[in-house]
Amino acid sequence: MSSPSKALPAWIDVGVIPLINILLAFFVSGIVILIIGEDPIEAVKIVVYGAFGNDYNIGYTLHYTTNFIFTGLAVAVAFHASLFNIGGEGQAYIGGLGVGLLCLALDQYVPFWIILPLAIAASGLFGAAWAYVPAYLQAYRGSHIVITTIMFNFIAFSLMNYILVNVLIEPGQMSPESRDFLTSAQMPTMQEAVGWFGIEIEKSPLNLSILLALFSCTFVWLFIWHTRWGYAIRMFGFNENAANYSGINTQRLVVGTMCLSGVLAGFVGINEIMGNHNRVMLDFVAGAGFTGIAVALMGRNHPVGIIIASLLFGTLYQGGAELSFEIPTIQGEMVKAIQGLVILFCGALAYMSRPTIERIFTAIVESNGTAKEQTNG
Amino acid sequence: MKKLFQTAAASIIALTAATSHAEDIKPAVVFDMGGKFDKSFNEGVYNGVEKFSKETGIKYREFEVTNPSQREQAIRKMAQRGADPIVGVGFAQGPAIEKVAKEYPDIRFTIIDSVVDLPNVQSIEFKEHEGSFLVGVLATMASKSKKVGFIGGMDIPLIRKFACGFAQGAKYANSSAEVFSNMTGTTPSAWNDPSKGSELAKSQFDKGADVIFAAAGGTGIGVYQAAKDEGKYAIGVDSNQNHLQPGTMLTSMTKGVDVAAYNAFKSAMDGTWKPGKHALGLAENGVDWALDDNNKSLITDAMKAKVKEAREGIIAGSISVHDYKTDNSCPAL
Repeated sequence: MSSPSKALPAWIDVGVIPLINILLAFFVSGIVILIIGEDPIEAVKIVVYGAFGNDYNIGYTLHYTTNFIFTGLAVAVAFHASLFNIGGEGQAYIGGLGVGLLCLALDQYVPFWIILPLAIAASGLFGAAWAYVPAYLQAYRGSHIVITTIMFNFIAFSLMNYILVNVLIEPGQMSPESRDFLTSAQMPTMQEAVGWFGIEIEKSPLNLSILLALFSCTFVWLFIWHTRWGYAIRMFGFNENAANYSGINTQRLVVGTMCLSGVLAGFVGINEIMGNHNRVMLDFVAGAGFTGIAVALMGRNHPVGIIIASLLFGTLYQGGAELSFEIPTIQGEMVKAIQGLVILFCGALAYMSRPTIERIFTAIVESNGTAKEQTNG
Repeated sequence: MKKLFQTAAASIIALTAATSHAEDIKPAVVFDMGGKFDKSFNEGVYNGVEKFSKETGIKYREFEVTNPSQREQAIRKMAQRGADPIVGVGFAQGPAIEKVAKEYPDIRFTIIDSVVDLPNVQSIEFKEHEGSFLVGVLATMASKSKKVGFIGGMDIPLIRKFACGFAQGAKYANSSAEVFSNMTGTTPSAWNDPSKGSELAKSQFDKGADVIFAAAGGTGIGVYQAAKDEGKYAIGVDSNQNHLQPGTMLTSMTKGVDVAAYNAFKSAMDGTWKPGKHALGLAENGVDWALDDNNKSLITDAMKAKVKEAREGIIAGSISVHDYKTDNSCPAL
């Protein structure tokens, strides 16, 4: 959040440095690809084409992006109160369960426009409930939130598994999945949505949930920087004692922040369950909750940064899948390694390149300055 | 020398004849989450298609799914690239295969462990309960305490089907036999958690079990090690694992996933590929128990006779093994 040393102009801090870090990550990835005997330039082409080459591929990229925006925002909101929410995975999973239960209960009786707000509420409520317990334990019992949210991920996996295997499964089938929702509980896909305006695109998992994601970004921006609660959260994040001293109820703040974080993570359920799979199933979050941590770190906990970072990770997910499809020697693990390198360079080593860039920048500024002086003199 | 030459020439002729008859196929396989080296189901398929590739020299396309959205995406992509036949691994790919198979009615699809009712889809299921029944019989007969254990991987209906067949077999051999059953976990990581497998095995040994059947992929390795350390017996799964801990491995319940995958490619090449539902049980040699040099000293004649009786009874229909899948419940457990 705060810059460690000499002030650089904002455009270098949030623009140039992340870009250089990503390029460094790709450079190292390129070397790795070269070592296993493939052509890195070709690989980059495949990744870019795989992510943006046609409307079908873009659909997948943006579908993943939507998930990452939700989980990235969830982590970021908690970060602002210096709470480390590692439970996005579980909160998203349970959020999806909430959406699923609601859709299964209502899809035979009421139309889509009633189900939609209720489903959004259910996903948020279930996600928040899953964040509430760790938050309560942190605020009132002092159990560290990192530990409890990790634990709650495992409890979420077990709960979901139990419900699917024993309750929601259709008799006579092997796959632990619920029945498919009726059309009244299916989020319109982007194909349908742009079809209303007479535009034709390929069907992909991309659906209208992306609008909810963008709305959430706006909301988080307003909430964190333009409301009293947001101010309290940031103040608590900077200095817990000061917040306490100025009369903020820090315990309620911790619980409230975590619940908001859980709501945002729970929205993944809208995108995956209502928008994509249209049934409750196992593993639909597929690591988006953990990727959200990297997204928030890279996006500097700011909604705009989170959108950009989500797009980057969406590209890596979709383009990476295409890469392992086109070049079989580059397997799934290899793609994960590339993603790991991006996280490493943009997260852990974010400040590695900073001193060099600072020196270059000051040199440029100074030489410009002297040049100006000379012309003036 | 001349004779050798003749045989070589003959075999070359035979080989060219065979290839000229064979269809030119572009096979593809989509592995499911867990990946092709999961020491279990996906790896079985991998071994099968690798064998095919080595024998015929035909390369195949492959993809490892890492999230649920990729299933349909990968299968469709294979179809777009003109792959034929396309093998989908695991029940989770059923809905994806169904969708894509409708879009591409001229391409042959094979789904393993699920049923998709379309004219261009071959559905291969295994009667795991029958094979598990047989190893259950062997387990109780080898057990001194008449207490046997089952350790499953991820808690899903498929694995409960194994457990249920095993329990029925154990009780068939001795109606007072006691069966303990544990699942390793509720996420795919349960397929590859040997240390937890070892813990679960030890706790079952503590309760008095002395034979444990593990249907848990890589987790089983820990179970077998624990059995060896405590001088008890273990039963392997999927492929013949008797060689892993000779003297400890009582037997293995083999499930011919590799054969099924191999046959899907091979039959497509020969032009004998047929759509429809294939349930492979004892009668079809889809599942069986393994007997080889590593475990022949552990299997007595009485055990052989009893398991033979059970096997014939199941095939003839005089013994009916309850299939967990039919009503999602297991009376024997």
